[in-house]
Amino acid sequence: MEEQVKKIISDDEEYVINMGPQHPSTHGVLRLVVSLKGETVKRVEPHVGYIHRGIEKMTENLTYPQIVHLTDRMDYLSAHINNEAFCLTVEKALEAEIPERVKYVRTILSELTRIQSHQLFWASFGMDLGGLTCFFYGLRDREKILDIFEETCGGRMIVSYNTPGGLMNDIHPNFQKGVKDFIKYFRKKLPEYDQLLTGNVIFEQRTKNVGMVTRDEAIAWGMTGPVGRASGFSCDIRKHNPYSAYDKVNFKEILYTEGDTYHRYKVRMDEMWESMNIIEQLIDNIPEGPYSAKMKPVIKLPEGEYYQSVETARGELGVFIVSDGNKNPYRVKFRSPNFVHLAPLDLMSRGYKIADLVAISGSLDFVIPDIDR
Amino acid sequence: MDKVQLAGFVTGLAPYATVIQGKEFVEVTVAPEKLHSMAMELKNNKDTACDFLSCLTGMDWKTELGVIYHLRSTIHGHTIVVKVRIADRENPAVDSLCDVWPGAEFHEREAYDLLGIRFNGHPDLRRLFLDSSWGYPLRKDYKDDINIVSK
Repeated sequence: MEEQVKKIISDDEEYVINMGPQHPSTHGVLRLVVSLKGETVKRVEPHVGYIHRGIEKMTENLTYPQIVHLTDRMDYLSAHINNEAFCLTVEKALEAEIPERVKYVRTILSELTRIQSHQLFWASFGMDLGGLTCFFYGLRDREKILDIFEETCGGRMIVSYNTPGGLMNDIHPNFQKGVKDFIKYFRKKLPEYDQLLTGNVIFEQRTKNVGMVTRDEAIAWGMTGPVGRASGFSCDIRKHNPYSAYDKVNFKEILYTEGDTYHRYKVRMDEMWESMNIIEQLIDNIPEGPYSAKMKPVIKLPEGEYYQSVETARGELGVFIVSDGNKNPYRVKFRSPNFVHLAPLDLMSRGYKIADLVAISGSLDFVIPDIDR
Repeated sequence: MDKVQLAGFVTGLAPYATVIQGKEFVEVTVAPEKLHSMAMELKNNKDTACDFLSCLTGMDWKTELGVIYHLRSTIHGHTIVVKVRIADRENPAVDSLCDVWPGAEFHEREAYDLLGIRFNGHPDLRRLFLDSSWGYPLRKDYKDDINIVSK
């Protein structure tokens, strides 16, 4: 500990505080060792690993359908998208023909996942900055999506609905009606979110021009998702490298150039509208057909290396599988967006006040199990 | 440029490397001592322009260790996979690419933590997740006596 403190101080007038591992604004066990001069942040050093489970090691002893269940446990707010990422990689390796129905359902569920993740972001971001009402509004509406998940997937957050080749089960008969009802409901409710928080003077003062990231920095540090797009870095995998049914829908990639905390928030708010547009284009057109391709009982990938990235609610999730032809992978690597976003936190928060650090780390929307894996 | 042209171009750019056309991406294998200069080339040349490090994977191929880099160009949209193989298992070391892509910092710390690959010139090379009493769990010869996960 003493060594760490010495390392982070550069000046006699600085002092060091620990933010976390148990801190309400880190939403999990993330420890930030912060060096301060007065109230100004001089340096932030993240310490991670409190909940490292060694998922990459565990995968080496599991079969491919089993690994799908581990992927939910990384970024649990994008659970379905993580499942999909892993399944897409396996399907790419097998060159499997996936039924259209599966692609449509996956895309709809991915977008619902994105909406509920952004709802929780909005809820907790508001709460971090002192607006507790947001938390109740956000969780109230998120519950409606979780109910849809529960009905169709069986799980609420940790859905594990995908399997290599398709889906575990067919969609529930109420699925389409449930989703349409939700969108009708949420189109009315989303403007309330803006009324409550977006135009609020205190909120704007705490977020505008705080935690600036330029486009070049975003690219150099590998920041993707809403964080990259708020800085003008066009990095939406759904647009640039479409997977599932994203090539069949029209949607806009949300881009801002300001690159501050406020616009990272704005990207997510706008993305919820876009997600609803995507779902509306697909929900009535789900083709009939099987809900899963015929797969062998034991899946063995041909020898080789396979990489697939998808757009989760937080950014680019890359799945890299190295196979030696067995039923277990030789090596699996998850390129998780939160892990990548943690490294530049120091760069983003230097020179701002300690209270701004809460806003900045909130706007990166950390999910700690995704950092630790 | 399509994949064939790109592979040809990279061969011209780095004649010391082995370039093959993989199933999906152009794959380049390079010796550890040439890695840094090649990374600079790939980033700064305006036809490759690999400015985005999307993934860095530490590997254990049993006989040798290594690192796989997935590089993407935000301008052209292509991906180039760079592989480096390190024969020395006792003291594996490779040049750090933090000065080329700052985002490599945590990726390299992770590879150091879990595979024991040293990155020369890394600004802050310490273990990331585990403390120093651990071995290197992602190595294939790692024995975990407590959880008995060795095959």
